[in-house]
Amino acid sequence: MNADARPVIKPIRNGVGAFAAMKAVFARDLKVAFRQKQDLLNPLLFFVMVVSLFPLGVSPEVSFLREAGAGILWVAALLSVLLSLDHLFRHDFDDGTLEQLVLQPQPLFLLVLAKTLAHWMLTGLPLVLLTPVLGVMVHQEGNSIAVLCLTLLIGTPVLSLIGAIGAALTLGLRSAGVLLSLLIIPLYIPVLIFGTGTVAAAADGASVGAYVALMAAFLVLAVTLAPFAAAAALRISLSNG
Amino acid sequence: MSEPLLQAVNLQCERDERVLFRNLSFSIVPGTVTRVEGPNGSGKTTLLRILAGLNDAWSGDLKWCGEPRSSVREEFQRNMLYLGHRPGIKSLLTPMENLRALMAARRPMPDDVLRQALAGTGLSGFENVPCRNLSAGQQRRVALARLLIADEPLWLLDEVFTAIDADGVNAIETLLQQRAAEGGAVVVTTHHDLRMDGMKKIVLGGGAADEC
Amino acid sequence: MWQWFHKLGSPKWFFGIATRFMPWLLILGLGLLAAGIVWGLAFAPKDYLQGNSYRIIFIHVPTAFIAQSAYIMMAVAAVVTLVWRMKLADVFVKAVAPVGLVLTFLSLFTGAVWGKPTWGTWWIWDARLTSMLILLFLYGGVIALDRAINDEKSAARAVAVLVLVGVVNIPIIKYSVEWWNTLHQPATFKLTEKPSMPAEMWVPLVLSILGLYLLFGWLACLRMQTEILQREQRTKWVREMITAGRS
Repeated sequence: MNADARPVIKPIRNGVGAFAAMKAVFARDLKVAFRQKQDLLNPLLFFVMVVSLFPLGVSPEVSFLREAGAGILWVAALLSVLLSLDHLFRHDFDDGTLEQLVLQPQPLFLLVLAKTLAHWMLTGLPLVLLTPVLGVMVHQEGNSIAVLCLTLLIGTPVLSLIGAIGAALTLGLRSAGVLLSLLIIPLYIPVLIFGTGTVAAAADGASVGAYVALMAAFLVLAVTLAPFAAAAALRISLSNG
Repeated sequence: MSEPLLQAVNLQCERDERVLFRNLSFSIVPGTVTRVEGPNGSGKTTLLRILAGLNDAWSGDLKWCGEPRSSVREEFQRNMLYLGHRPGIKSLLTPMENLRALMAARRPMPDDVLRQALAGTGLSGFENVPCRNLSAGQQRRVALARLLIADEPLWLLDEVFTAIDADGVNAIETLLQQRAAEGGAVVVTTHHDLRMDGMKKIVLGGGAADEC
Repeated sequence: MWQWFHKLGSPKWFFGIATRFMPWLLILGLGLLAAGIVWGLAFAPKDYLQGNSYRIIFIHVPTAFIAQSAYIMMAVAAVVTLVWRMKLADVFVKAVAPVGLVLTFLSLFTGAVWGKPTWGTWWIWDARLTSMLILLFLYGGVIALDRAINDEKSAARAVAVLVLVGVVNIPIIKYSVEWWNTLHQPATFKLTEKPSMPAEMWVPLVLSILGLYLLFGWLACLRMQTEILQREQRTKWVREMITAGRS
């Protein structure tokens, strides 16, 4: 295969920096995702369908939808993020890319952070962009929709980050999808409470600055802690394989 | 004799309440090819995954250049290349994109070097075909193209000859031998008969029956 | 110190010690619990607001209290599992999780029974009850994950990570549920508010908490012993013990 003589092999002292490696992981995940566009659309379709179940299943009355709309959108967004989480590491696990990722000479939690960011860009962010349309459909007022979008913008990355831990823990297990939901839903409750609570406060005319700040604090906490837990969980799951 | 790169002292591994191996000690020195031998289920892949740092279910000592491996993990990973059963190739990406992404984590290379490496494994003309349209052997060759441009001193190769044709096997044998001559260290598991001079061996499969 | 720590990690040593302590835990626990409950149910004064129905706190509060502290104990054991890889720690987590689940369920059940005469309904989304419900979910997740992973060592470490993630979340969950509660139903009177509980009420309460604690310890030891026997069934000491028991 190769005939050229190469220089004598020496230990490698300087490798690729963490930031460059993160960028590469991020770019590859986006590229892979755009080759399989249907996978990107599925959580969005799911989101729309779950939201439309409520008028159909409970009541299409304006007063009910106005009252419950923010909660419905939040729950639907939470469920679609949950649905998409199974993909976060599974394909990489199946084709061996994950082994290579774990063995990269950079801190694993940073690489996990890059992957999770890509996951959010591909699922959470589109949900936020779709929210104004669905907000109008469940009779939310302009101000509520704006606050709803803001809470989802801060909240969905938290969902992705916490979800990454669950996805890493259930990697390679039978019925991983259901198990993942069981593990992660209890941990989603605070974000859900504050997400919908903030919108409710805004609808009552209260100032939401403090709540938004609190949600931002959740995000900071999730960014700093979740990648460590997810990285540890990935090593454990791979060790099993 | 030069300093060992990787040193294993009294390695022991149990899996599903069965002892795969115990009191396993060996050194991997630069300039050698070491073959891990043993029947199916004797723990060849497990041993390689332990050496790579993927499997944590072992006891004993592993040293990298004299230091405990756990304390120099990043340095170890920078100097070690592992190719497993699963080749680490994304089927939605092309060979070029795959190779570029894999090298981006270790040593980014200009595209023509990558193209040359792919050509070296017989993939010229397939650079921009999505990998899912390639055969299993061709997909594996994408992973093997890394070996032509990798500069890590230690290679851990698990069943690299799977799905590779006879010519390919010969070429890899030559490559590994040349690698050893240049001062690299290679550990392989394979069912193929490797014909190489001065090859070292680690034989597994003795400790399976005894109980504690 | 390290030798002691190492010894503590040995399943065989633990098995022996536990066998010696367990009768005491059982007797003392039952005694205290019986004293607390009999005192509380029969002799403590009536509550001026709730009458006799409040007396269920002598069961409700101990179960809720120990269900919560069991999770904290599991978290401590989880740290030990991840950092020192001590076998006993993960045996503890595995043995205690179902006990915690049952205690959480009991506290929810007694809370519901209490709610019926107090609020006129079996279930109210009261902050404490809701927190306990979420704790039930957390326990459920831990047990589900443990059962799903075949490999014992991987299961132990994965569960440890999950328990730690859970324990970081518990204060956040508690705080947010309380906030949510004030948002949705302000100024209902709380179940376990005890600003001025007379000594005749809290002494039996403390007794039953202590008693249940000891019983919990006994049950944890028993379950740990079972787990140890299962894991170490191939070792010499287990075989010797069993053959000695047979003859």
